[in-house]
Amino acid sequence: MSKLGGLGARLHRGEVGYDFIGNRKIWYGLSILITITAIVALAVRGLNMGIEFQGGAVFTTPKSDVSVSQAQEFAEEASGHDAIVQKLGNGSLRIQVGGLDTDKSDQVRAELSKDLNVPEAKIAAELVGPSWGEQIATKAWTGLGVFMILVVIYLAIAFEWRMAVAALVALIHDLTITVGIYSLVGFEVTVGTVIGLLTILGYSLYDTVVVFDSLKEQTKDITKQTRFTYSELANRSINGTLVRSINTTVVALLPVAGLLFIGGGVLGAGMLNDISLSLFVGLAAGAYSSIFIATPLVADLKEREPSIKALRKRIMAKRASAAAKGESLDAADDLSAEAAVVGPRSGRRGTQEHRG
Amino acid sequence: MAAPKKGRRPAGGQSRPGRALALILIAMVALTGGMFWSGHTTPRLGIDLAGGTSITLKAKAEPGQDSAINPTNMNTAVGIIERRVNGLGVSEAEVQTQGDENIIVNIPRGTNEKQAREQVGTTAQLYFRPVLAVAAASPQTAPSATPSGSASPKPSASASSGAKVGEKSATPTATASPQGRALTEALKAPSPTPTASASSSAKPKATGTPQATPKPDPATAALQQKFATLNCLDPKARAAAGQGVKSSEPTVACGKNAIGQWEKYLLGPAEVDGRDVDKAKAGLDQRTGQWIVDMEFTDAGSKKFQSITSKLSQQTEPQNQFAIVLDGEVVSAPRVQTTLSASAQISGSFNQQSAQDLGNVLSYGALPLAFQTQSVDTVTAALGGDQLQAGLIAGAIGLGLVIIYLVAYYRGLSLIAILSLAVSALLTYVLMALLGPAIGFALNLPAVCGAIVAIGITADSFIVYFERIRDELREGRTLRPAVERAWPRARRTILVSDFVSFLAAAVLFIVTVGKVQGFAFTLGLTTLLDIVVVFLFTKPVMTLLARTKFFGNGHKWSGLDPKRLGAKPPLRRTRRAHAPVDAKEA
Repeated sequence: MSKLGGLGARLHRGEVGYDFIGNRKIWYGLSILITITAIVALAVRGLNMGIEFQGGAVFTTPKSDVSVSQAQEFAEEASGHDAIVQKLGNGSLRIQVGGLDTDKSDQVRAELSKDLNVPEAKIAAELVGPSWGEQIATKAWTGLGVFMILVVIYLAIAFEWRMAVAALVALIHDLTITVGIYSLVGFEVTVGTVIGLLTILGYSLYDTVVVFDSLKEQTKDITKQTRFTYSELANRSINGTLVRSINTTVVALLPVAGLLFIGGGVLGAGMLNDISLSLFVGLAAGAYSSIFIATPLVADLKEREPSIKALRKRIMAKRASAAAKGESLDAADDLSAEAAVVGPRSGRRGTQEHRG
Repeated sequence: MAAPKKGRRPAGGQSRPGRALALILIAMVALTGGMFWSGHTTPRLGIDLAGGTSITLKAKAEPGQDSAINPTNMNTAVGIIERRVNGLGVSEAEVQTQGDENIIVNIPRGTNEKQAREQVGTTAQLYFRPVLAVAAASPQTAPSATPSGSASPKPSASASSGAKVGEKSATPTATASPQGRALTEALKAPSPTPTASASSSAKPKATGTPQATPKPDPATAALQQKFATLNCLDPKARAAAGQGVKSSEPTVACGKNAIGQWEKYLLGPAEVDGRDVDKAKAGLDQRTGQWIVDMEFTDAGSKKFQSITSKLSQQTEPQNQFAIVLDGEVVSAPRVQTTLSASAQISGSFNQQSAQDLGNVLSYGALPLAFQTQSVDTVTAALGGDQLQAGLIAGAIGLGLVIIYLVAYYRGLSLIAILSLAVSALLTYVLMALLGPAIGFALNLPAVCGAIVAIGITADSFIVYFERIRDELREGRTLRPAVERAWPRARRTILVSDFVSFLAAAVLFIVTVGKVQGFAFTLGLTTLLDIVVVFLFTKPVMTLLARTKFFGNGHKWSGLDPKRLGAKPPLRRTRRAHAPVDAKEA
């Protein structure tokens, strides 16, 4: 761990750093590739919409000796519709019957109770009319739209429009990837999934905002110096917040992993699992996009601004003339030279403080 | 969301951590005390965790009647459904609107759960029953206790229109005692048992309590007894009175009269039912300027209505009335003045509201709107318990993993983070417990998920702050100034990012429905608490601990060891001057 702390120190001083901005084309390319894959997958395979979006019933029985195939037979006989039966972690059965309307499902529940020989009161049932999922989906889309508009306005005011645009692109990117993964793997889309997806909205932006905040601070007086271009500073702020980004992502993913493990391991299926699965995918995508997509995009947009363009020209000219004179004014060289001097001295100081 | 001004010097409140700590301590003690005092020491559990049935109904707009789905009608519907469900003896069923067009009915596990489920979506039972007797609300025996209602029922607007049914406008309490003969005869009508003989005198009794006929058949006697003992002032008795009665049998019921007092009725078998009403509408009578309700019957209904009105119009008070009974409660008991058939007008002491209410009742049966069942979620107590347990285990594991990570990475500093998380968890729990009775908050599975996810958001605030402090240390500062200098910058980042998170939660809460809403609520609540905890707890504690030797001197295990962090020596040469990266804030 202390290694990570030391890495933090070197990142802070700019001694080490990955060139996120310089290699942005690679990451853009990768993201475009993933996004296209996601869209193609969505178009070809579609999504595996759960019962909540199609209408139907899910019955959960207590632990029973009835086999999966038997239960399926019973359920199909009772309902006249296709049934999907799963055995859950705790030995109970989850029987899913599509196309069942809410009136008829009571009857099916009663019949199942007879067939499986368990009291009706012990069979949990979730009955969903076909338009309920539609309503949830519609509202979720509305929520998504309203949130995006508000957040763009907010970011445009608190930061600037370029950052708002970049954050929005990163957000859409995260959502597309998550949906794409759902389509590719064939995970079932339930209300839990929708909740998870909507949470990603907040979280993906949360992460982006922290990086932007640092970027804004670093570039506050950018035109008053001729040492670093905007892109270089953007790269430094990514590297400077990298440790935080890693820590935050790890800390956010740990509880979600707990949910996923418990939801999947103990209960077999259900809302805990659905929420955590989409969260897990989305959080990972969100961390990726705030570093590799959002910030480079801001830099790209910013470099088109006349004052920033002029700055870059000045810096390039300065560096060119310095190179011509054979001086080492290059930013990276300068910093590493300093670090070499600083290292041992700070070490001694630290030891002294311990004694004192 | 104002990003705090940069460059504000760490002065004032920031250097007085005691005050903030005292504030949050008082808040915690007060809230926890309030929780114990109110007796709600655990959060109310949602149906999916406690077991029970949750039903979602969606209002259906009739073609061209989109405006019918409005808050007023939704609330009326909620009231009616609530009465219906609770009337079945299901304890603490809860009915509430959600969004613009949904009604959620939560029925905890109870004896009548199944029946309640059947009752909920269905349109109400609406019947027209002849009135056999009317009496004051409670089974009083003392004559003096009779309400002093006017003894002379005014036939309102009687002469003006031939085709009118007069709404009973005043309480005829003094004349309320049943007239035994008619009563018994009426009761005989549906059942062929020719036993009853009139014995009770027709003389009005001041007691308001009907005398049981001496030797009626058992059913009649039971009914009379029921009528005698019925106490309409008791909501439970009121609800129970008309439940589960066949339309073909006589029954007792309660209803409010024109001046809002409860009365009890003895009613004959239903002659016309809700399906016979084609439409009904409130309107203003052009001539009298009074509010009236117009009813139109279907073909079959017209015949039945004609037969009942021809019979009733021959009768004397109170048996010339028919009661409009909705879900076992008398909503109106107009007197019949003449034989009517296809259409009728009810007049009386209506105001606009009561006329419209009655119109709604007549046209929709019960509900001012038609409803469609969207989802029914029945969770057994065992499954609910399993899910709650799984949620708690998941939360504990998540919290445990986060703590392990924080300890490994931040060492001594993690103590502050863990304490802050504990404060945050305590406040979340107490608020959830208190919000149950206060605003009907129920902890459901998505809400548990929201709380677990929030662990990450809460921990992030500390990470932002700690990393800032470490950056300051790396600049060569000693801990105490580093803690103060890092705060304004960390504070801004925390506020800005928490705002985004809260915005997402708020939008979700307002716009969405169902389970999504429960999730959004917890997320929003914990985000707000995060800010409170970071400002009032984490920062002051950090300030205090910076004064200790362990942290202040950067002990190896404090997580703030300048050597480990790779700090620069305190005074640097010229570099800061030309590097904007390290530009001072001020």
